[in-house]
Amino acid sequence: MNAPIRRLSAVVALLFASLLISSTSISFVQAASLRDQPGNRRTLLENYARERGPILVAGAPVARSTASKDELRYQRRYTDGKLYAPLTGYYSFVYGAGSGVERTQDSLLSGSSDQLFYRRMVDLVTGRAPQGASVELTVLPAAQRAADAALGSQKGAVVALDPRTGAILALVSHPTYDPGVLAGHDLGAVQKAYEGLLNDPDDPLVDRAVAGDLYPPGSTFKLVTAAAALSTGRYTETSELPGPARLDLPQTSATLPNDFAGACGPNDKVTLLRALQISCNTAFGSLGITLGGDAIRAQAAKFGFGERLRVPMSVTPSTVPQGMNAPQAAQAAIGQSDVRVTPLQMAMVSAGIANGGRVMTPYAVKTVRGPDLSVIEKASPQELSRAVTPEVAAALTRMMQAVVTDGTGTRAQIPGVDVAGKSGTAQQGNGQPPHAWFTAFAPAGDPQVAVAVVIEDGGTAGNEALGGRLAAPIAKAVMQAVLRR
Amino acid sequence: MATITTLAPRTRRGVELVLLVGAVAIVLVAYASTGLATKGTLPPSLLAYGGGLVLLTGAVHVTLRLRAAYADPVLLPIATLLNGLGLVMIHRLDDAEKRTTAEAFAPRQLVWMALGVTLAVTILWVLRDHRRLQRYTYTAMAAGLVLLLLPLLPLLGKNINGSRIWIRLGPLSFQPGEIAKLCLAVFFAGYLVQTRDALSLVGRRVLGLSLPRARDLGPIIVAWLASLGVLVFERDLGSSLLFFGLFVAMLYVATERKSWIAIGLALFVAGSYVAYLLFSHVQARVLLWLHPFSQQALDISTQLVLGLYGMANGGLLGTGLGRGRPDLTPFAESDYIVPSFGEELGLFGLFALLLLYLVLVERGLRTALGVRDGFGKLLATGLAFAVALQCFVVVGGVTRVIPLTGLTMPFLSYGGSSLVANWAIIGLLLRISDQARRPPPAVEPTSFTQTGDAALTQVVKLR
Repeated sequence: MNAPIRRLSAVVALLFASLLISSTSISFVQAASLRDQPGNRRTLLENYARERGPILVAGAPVARSTASKDELRYQRRYTDGKLYAPLTGYYSFVYGAGSGVERTQDSLLSGSSDQLFYRRMVDLVTGRAPQGASVELTVLPAAQRAADAALGSQKGAVVALDPRTGAILALVSHPTYDPGVLAGHDLGAVQKAYEGLLNDPDDPLVDRAVAGDLYPPGSTFKLVTAAAALSTGRYTETSELPGPARLDLPQTSATLPNDFAGACGPNDKVTLLRALQISCNTAFGSLGITLGGDAIRAQAAKFGFGERLRVPMSVTPSTVPQGMNAPQAAQAAIGQSDVRVTPLQMAMVSAGIANGGRVMTPYAVKTVRGPDLSVIEKASPQELSRAVTPEVAAALTRMMQAVVTDGTGTRAQIPGVDVAGKSGTAQQGNGQPPHAWFTAFAPAGDPQVAVAVVIEDGGTAGNEALGGRLAAPIAKAVMQAVLRR
Repeated sequence: MATITTLAPRTRRGVELVLLVGAVAIVLVAYASTGLATKGTLPPSLLAYGGGLVLLTGAVHVTLRLRAAYADPVLLPIATLLNGLGLVMIHRLDDAEKRTTAEAFAPRQLVWMALGVTLAVTILWVLRDHRRLQRYTYTAMAAGLVLLLLPLLPLLGKNINGSRIWIRLGPLSFQPGEIAKLCLAVFFAGYLVQTRDALSLVGRRVLGLSLPRARDLGPIIVAWLASLGVLVFERDLGSSLLFFGLFVAMLYVATERKSWIAIGLALFVAGSYVAYLLFSHVQARVLLWLHPFSQQALDISTQLVLGLYGMANGGLLGTGLGRGRPDLTPFAESDYIVPSFGEELGLFGLFALLLLYLVLVERGLRTALGVRDGFGKLLATGLAFAVALQCFVVVGGVTRVIPLTGLTMPFLSYGGSSLVANWAIIGLLLRISDQARRPPPAVEPTSFTQTGDAALTQVVKLR
């Protein structure tokens, strides 16, 4: 019986070898990815035991960790939580670092980032309690407050950019939520609050400005179509376009109507400038057919459509469909068909025009500082693309000024400041009321702020003045807040 | 015979004493460092636990000097070290869970350890020759079966955590399956020694395997059905796998026929597959094993995932005793004590523990090689292999080599029945190893006068 016993002991050795391999695989090979699994309470506890860095706006913390007496050691507190929620996100013991800067800059805030490695080593040797880095945002409190107040109880989003740098000056998404509730240490209450937010049909947890469901841009997209037309060199502001009451769409029996009764001008003709000013669908529809879907798509891409941006929150890419036929191109030219955008993208269109055609990469984090205030990261403005030439940008600016001085956007006028803008009303198709849009920048001669506003399900269908009536005043309020500083 | 007689010229009790002092020292250091890490002071119970450990393990050592001087010198120190480290972890988890003195697990574990050690000492005193157990082959079978079936009785049996493997007598609850494991090892050894000729010599060769006759398949079928019964009615995958694996391994050693392994594996695979198709609790285990991070699996149980997080948190070197959070995992002191050690002692600590078990098992198998009678060989093999298989089922379960089944880790885990049974295994292995290493003259007269059977078996054995 000795031979089989020897063989059995070899089998036993094999069994144990498999255990050594499997435990190595878990404790060593997969260890890092297991530690980063969402919901790993050990990692969370470890992070909680460290003082998480604050998130600052204009030098004052909007999110900070204060010592607490319970097991978690630190309590995350939010100042004006509801106001800044789309930017900060939340830091919850139950649900982890969710959305916003809390999530995207988690490793810096928690102090586990490799960029803080040297510092951590020093802390380890000196026995100092490790601390996270602080993150300062580009947001202007005045602009943020103005946008929040102006949007009020309406569902929608506001984005304001500095067109010269791409810095995000305001980012509001309504309805919003209070991240402080999710940061509580009463786990049951947190869970209840989170379930409530999650099941809310209005999706308060969704950041509509950058990451919600994409919106049809409506007539604000005519800016892109106009840019494509002017960029061909075959059109100027004064080029005459066909502007009938209804445009026959080729290949189909359907027609494209204006949102108002009648033609856009005498003899069914209208200039490009006038067409933008009164938001003439038929003129831009025919322009779309002439230019073709691909030209519009290419122009949109130059404004940043299709880019996977991180500001640092990841931005859902805006889209213009590929391979459109003539009727689809006509629809796309006025922002219908399957053109879908984020409010941030429409702000980038205005900002690009304001900045002489150069679109700057948007960003929300100004500086990251270590616990000793040494600068770890500093944002430097970067050019994303050249959407149009300075000449075309100047022409578009004049056309947008006309919209505000004597067109669909008169409610965006600011006394003593030249404002350039464009309204929009986006049909949703499924019988729901349309979205109201306005995008603008000011001052036209020396742009300091570009803004986009969307109000969901804004009013009754078919009212082209809707964007100008509902959204323009909000854009105005935000621009005033920035210019008054 | 010649190789065996030269094996043990010395008793090696001195070596054992040195190793024991080392084992107790390691446990005390671990205990002290746990206290320092969690409370910043030396735990006041250090003397009580240390004293208990020294007393209990010293009792076994003295017994060995008096009654089994040639016993293997490594078995007792390893068992002491594992048992002691288990106590440290259980005590540390008591602290983390803020259990009161009345609820605390560690003192109870110490009491169980005392019971187990007493049983081992009793075995060494009373059982002068392990071959006497052969007389009780069928008694052991009956006892084993009764113990296995006991939890199914309506009054005694108790469902805990989905398995019906507990009995409750007044305030005490007990897992009779652990003791059944011992009885069955005795039964298998006695039965196979008698029938090994029939099982190994008759049959035909097919495809290079010599297959047994159909009627000789009876015993393996019965063992298979019994283990399936445990699986189905008591919902205890671990014990089921353990019993069947133990039987197949012993059958193979007794008959030296590889075909038994093939037949055993085929039956096991077929049985597992049918059980998987029929029973939702088996399906749930497989789902947890293959896709522990899927939402479906997380809805059933997060325990496996929490254990993995714990081990990952420990990494290579561990957090240090008392500095991790093993208490976040449910059953951290029983089924999940291995990840608890993985978290606080790291991968290196886990390796050390696993190698201790490996050495323990291989010493048991070495004893089987050395002992001269067939019954002793089979019994030592069975006992050692049972420990190995149990380690594999437990650690393999928590590290996703096989589905998690819910057995206790020998000596480490909190659990009275398991601890008592494992100390009994150590007692038996020590007794057999004493026979194995004792120079022949000292043992010859007794063995011949006592049992004629054993003498006969001896002749058969000397090939």
